[in-house]
Amino acid sequence: MSRVLVAMSGGVDSAVAAALLVDAGHDVTGVHLKLAEVADADQVPGHGCCTLDDAQDARRAAQVLGVPFYVWDLTEAFRTHVQEPFAARYAAGRTPNPCVDCNEQVKYAALLERAVGLGFDALATGHHAALRVGAGHPDAGQPVRTPHPAATLVRGADAAKDQSYVLSVATPPQLARTLLPIGELTKGEVRRLATERGLRVAAKPDSYDVCFVPDGDTAGYLAGHLDAAPGDIVDLDGQVLGEHDGVWRYTVGQRRNLGLRPTATHHRRFVVDLDPTSRTVVVGPRDALACGWFEVDAPSWAVTPPPADGDRVRVQIRAHAPAVVATLHRVGTGWRATLDVPLHGVALGQVAAVYDLGDRTCLGGGRITAAQRPAGLPLAASAR
Amino acid sequence: MGAGRYRRRVPLDLPPLGAEPPPDLPVVDLDHAASTPPRPEALAALHDALTAANASAAHRPGQAARERVERAREAVASALGVSPHEVVFTSGGTEADNLAVKGVVWAARERDPARTPHLVTTTVEHPAVLAPARWLAERGDCTLTLVPPRTDGTVDVERVLAAVTPDTALVSVMAANNELGAVNDVGALATALAERDVPVHSDAVQALATRDVDAGAWGVAALALSGHKLGAPQGVGATVLRRDLPVVPLAHGGGQDRGVRSGTFATGLIAALGAGLTAAVADRPALRARLAPLADRLADGLAALDGVVRSGPDDPSARLVSHVHVRLDGVDAASLTFALDRAGVATAGGSACSSGADAGSHVLAACGLLGTPLRLSLGWTSTDADVDRALEVLGDVVPRLRAGTWTPA
Repeated sequence: MSRVLVAMSGGVDSAVAAALLVDAGHDVTGVHLKLAEVADADQVPGHGCCTLDDAQDARRAAQVLGVPFYVWDLTEAFRTHVQEPFAARYAAGRTPNPCVDCNEQVKYAALLERAVGLGFDALATGHHAALRVGAGHPDAGQPVRTPHPAATLVRGADAAKDQSYVLSVATPPQLARTLLPIGELTKGEVRRLATERGLRVAAKPDSYDVCFVPDGDTAGYLAGHLDAAPGDIVDLDGQVLGEHDGVWRYTVGQRRNLGLRPTATHHRRFVVDLDPTSRTVVVGPRDALACGWFEVDAPSWAVTPPPADGDRVRVQIRAHAPAVVATLHRVGTGWRATLDVPLHGVALGQVAAVYDLGDRTCLGGGRITAAQRPAGLPLAASAR
Repeated sequence: MGAGRYRRRVPLDLPPLGAEPPPDLPVVDLDHAASTPPRPEALAALHDALTAANASAAHRPGQAARERVERAREAVASALGVSPHEVVFTSGGTEADNLAVKGVVWAARERDPARTPHLVTTTVEHPAVLAPARWLAERGDCTLTLVPPRTDGTVDVERVLAAVTPDTALVSVMAANNELGAVNDVGALATALAERDVPVHSDAVQALATRDVDAGAWGVAALALSGHKLGAPQGVGATVLRRDLPVVPLAHGGGQDRGVRSGTFATGLIAALGAGLTAAVADRPALRARLAPLADRLADGLAALDGVVRSGPDDPSARLVSHVHVRLDGVDAASLTFALDRAGVATAGGSACSSGADAGSHVLAACGLLGTPLRLSLGWTSTDADVDRALEVLGDVVPRLRAGTWTPA
């Protein structure tokens, strides 16, 4: 039996995670995190993760399970480490992943620290990702049911729901204090268990949006937090095609809402690069998005020992993108992933999660700091 | 599923609970300021009147119910030194404050639509006053002046008087602050404003359990109270509204309670309020004498822990005998509340927000005070043993939280 603090978002996954911990005989305490401050009037029921309805759903689930429940205000840490960098990184032409930032800087920092300070052995969440005992240990390959010093992160049983990507920045010491109770279940099994337990969130829809942008309008959110910074939209030859009012409205790979009229030669154009300094958005054909390598300055490794130079791995650059084969090489203080087959739409700032060749164990992750760009771009070849 | 609007459907035949609710823990209650248990007199009155008829009905069962309501009205009036005609029953302190603040401002606006009424209150008021005040101002229904407190949480009468203008329709100053226990001289304020014909409202919700509140002698035009802060049940309160004070109702309906507060009389709760308040007033001098040494022991015991500063007025006569408020170094509010709860001591940190998190304290911010707040509040059931146990737990928990070595028992 361990003392486990379970983060309860008010959704079905974390409610069932708490239920499974209770069933396993752990001493369970539920905590709902107040993260984003979303004005009551802007709260969209069922969207985002910080509405009052969600707090109520989490509280009710804890009651049904008979576990003590607290609400902790982590809005300051969330604002400093997630919300403000979110806007700042877009302004710098990067594409941030706020869920990864939140896991790394809030849940595995402020929250885990407080939990350990209060005598908890582990922090549990309702992520669809699993923990297995790592190689070289007598129990290697077994599911982790109590905090385990050799816990490694593996993909969840429900491939379509797998969230190991957003946990890829967890370190081995953090994973040793983590439990992921629903990782061996499919979403359908989670919902069935919730129904059996009488949890009223059993049929609650999944949340897909950034929790502090509950209406899903990222550009609108950024417009409210960043000043307009107008500049040119140019093609690969540097010819000006149009204007924009901030590079933060764009992401590499974006095709929609460019505001460009089709021309005789190009009717489908994609954002292929962003230069916040000259406020330039570069557009081009899909071929120009092909990216043969990218670099991560400071990856966080989830396994000991970490990967070595020349290792063949898989890399995943979006939450639900397939992981593709790459070779890792040390470059300066960071690492370069050279892709067997080029990827299209690699944006700086995106998190690259690294998996083993079998696409099962997560080896680590980090933010993309440089990526191959088409030769002949008016900007630097790599946006270092 | 997808992104469609989420309608919650609760299964009607809930399966059996997976775990029994936790048994009532032996908890030392040092959070009487949040809610203090009903006194036996209140419980008996509630029990007797729960099956009452509609107190507005003409038949004799209705008349019997109405008698309970009117006896309670007289009890409240007597406890506060006002006329029974001035007592309006509400659902609690928040409604009582809202009725006074919004009702008076709106009535002033109706009286002279050409002028925008002016409202004066303080930055340390309970949200039941501050939120409607800000809401009225945002709507353009009034202009608003918020007077800051002294560092100890008390309100300087002269500063309030200086904020009053010829358009001031209401001045609202709490009788005692709910977090710090700082007591204000509402009588002096009302006397000074009587000459200028400016009505004064006072939120006496927190004061009433331990302070003598004589609304008549103070000369306030309005006053709010809440049952569950003084030994009556939750869900009932009252507003004193002087008969010459025009008030626009919040709820329109059957016109009960002189048309100011429509809605069927909550006969049981109202009877319990009358009985509870009567008992509280009778016990009040003795209660003060019982609580003073308990509060002193709590304060002394806390002071013995390093890095603890007591908040609120230094002068014991200017603070509620029920409240010991301190600020601690080196420990965060959520951890402190959690650890004390686990150790079986119920306390309060800042004020709880709607989600239930410790939301920090607007009162401490208004006073310019730093540190992690901890409010220990005593009530009519408090004992020496409560204080012994609380000091034992605090002396154990606080140093260990600071050292990072705390674990639940």
